[in-house]
Amino acid sequence: MASSRHSPVSERLGVRIALILISVAFMALFLLLPLVAVFSEAFRSGFGAYLAGLNTPDAQAAIRLTLLVAAIAVPLNVVFGICASWAIAKFEFKGKAFLITLIDLPFSVSPVISGLVYVLLFGGGSVLGPWLKANGVEVLFAVPGIVLATIFVTFPFVARELIPLMQDQGTNDEEAALSLGANGWQTFWRVTLPNIKWGLLYGVLLCNARAMGEFGAVAVVSGKIRGQTTTIPLQVEMFYNEYNATAAFALASLLAMLALVTLVLKTVLEWRFGDEIAASGH
Amino acid sequence: MEVRVSNVRKEFDGFAALKDVSLDIRSGELIALLGPSGSGKTTLLRLIAGLEMPSQGKIFFGDMDASEKTVQERNIGFVFQHYALFRHMTILENISFGLKVRPRARRPAAGEIRRRAMELLDLVQLSGLEKRYPNQLSGGQRQRVALARALAIEPGVLLLDEPFGALDAQVRRELRRWLREMHDRTGHTTVFVTHDQEEALELSDRLCVMSQGAIEQVGTPDDVYDRPASPFVFGFIGESSELPVTVGNGELLVEGRSIGVPVPAARPGPARLFFRPHDVDLVEGDATLAGAVHTSRRVGGTRRVELDLGPANHRVEIDLPFDHPAGERSQLSFRPRRWQLFPAS
Repeated sequence: MASSRHSPVSERLGVRIALILISVAFMALFLLLPLVAVFSEAFRSGFGAYLAGLNTPDAQAAIRLTLLVAAIAVPLNVVFGICASWAIAKFEFKGKAFLITLIDLPFSVSPVISGLVYVLLFGGGSVLGPWLKANGVEVLFAVPGIVLATIFVTFPFVARELIPLMQDQGTNDEEAALSLGANGWQTFWRVTLPNIKWGLLYGVLLCNARAMGEFGAVAVVSGKIRGQTTTIPLQVEMFYNEYNATAAFALASLLAMLALVTLVLKTVLEWRFGDEIAASGH
Repeated sequence: MEVRVSNVRKEFDGFAALKDVSLDIRSGELIALLGPSGSGKTTLLRLIAGLEMPSQGKIFFGDMDASEKTVQERNIGFVFQHYALFRHMTILENISFGLKVRPRARRPAAGEIRRRAMELLDLVQLSGLEKRYPNQLSGGQRQRVALARALAIEPGVLLLDEPFGALDAQVRRELRRWLREMHDRTGHTTVFVTHDQEEALELSDRLCVMSQGAIEQVGTPDDVYDRPASPFVFGFIGESSELPVTVGNGELLVEGRSIGVPVPAARPGPARLFFRPHDVDLVEGDATLAGAVHTSRRVGGTRRVELDLGPANHRVEIDLPFDHPAGERSQLSFRPRRWQLFPAS
């Protein structure tokens, strides 16, 4: 009997083919097609128009701002992430469970609300806002606000990657280093950091992709001042609303490429260092 | 170096893992901390290392009070059960680590560090593996690297936490013998933790039996085996059987009947009799311990017989040579040849 020849948990050939086809069709329709559309729109008027679209002052300013925001937010989140996961994984303290929950907050809160929180905190009606403004610091509708919102939204990526990894590795390696005479700093640089480097890189990659692509939270705090507070995602929307499709898609293609590069690097990391990366190792 | 643990108490969140423990470790000896899990043996080792700090009491290294010193200042070598080798470093880098992290004033030159690491690699019989990474080595090899790494800093005391616990039986026996030879050659004061009594008996000069955060007995392996200080030690070290008895008329009575064992010096009243399965004589007669054979299994060169004694069916174990004719019988009688009495609890 044919049915007795395959394992009880695998389906018949027809069912298997149907399932695979459905998945592939779904992916093609919802993921691949938009990606292709972005690039084909971007290059519709030729490579020259594509470059021209990227070369406008607004587009250039958006690219610079996005790079700047990522260059500030990602390193800060690396430091915060390592601190938080170190604290959580390597010693016991009161309120630890609360801290773990708090780290996940940005994932469960809508980015728009994250942005609104900063408006409430630093806006004209708040206590802090007018005081800062009087002292010459603009937060809202300026770069600091965008950086803050981005840090908030991307905070969990590094920490969530490192916590399970560091918990898994325990403290024996650090204790060994200390017993051999290393001080705390040497132990961190020579033992702890090398132990977590691939997991950290993986977290940084995801964090960076999100930092550059964040729309909602940034849109609320940016004020969308042309050439000053528009990041790439915001500029894409502005171009599009102005019927400048080529420029919009040219800029969008940069984000799409970032996504593709991230995906490739992520896959390579998972394939090569899967057991040292918490997300795929657990 | 001598190590003196003086009235040390250690609490974790209000739970006393060690209660008022004192122990003198002699210079150059190999001493085992032996006990079941939860007995506090690892805690004691980590306190000596400085990886934990005592809640009360002091620890002396020679004449120096080490209680307040950090783990770095104590200059100890620590070997972990799961090796804790640095996985991103080669074997040579692992062994050199302790010398490389020294402040410049005390750090040997790079060539000297390398020479010493290679020497240690040779000592642990792993020459030629210096460029490998820990995950390319077997468990036994890794533990030898861990030991070489600990020895590299020329520690005053060597501390090993269940060093062979993660290895299979064959490798464990081999490494045990090897560690003994290493110790005899280098003469480090060595403390190792184990829950394996065979390991402790075979390897150590003295052993310290622990239970529930306290020391039960400290002595040579023969001392502890032949003259256990408490029912716990008797039961934990080696095989043993226990029987409730009464002392009366200068002899032992089991359920009112004499078993032919005189005890002129014992205090009359109820007591607990302990004996080892191999310390018995098969005898015929009335004044014996007699019982029905419950199971009889051959274990290698001996036959282990479980007997149910008397009307109360007290289960005891005795050993016979595997080819002894009595092994076929359904009733056996015997007397313990060597035994020990403890007060009834």
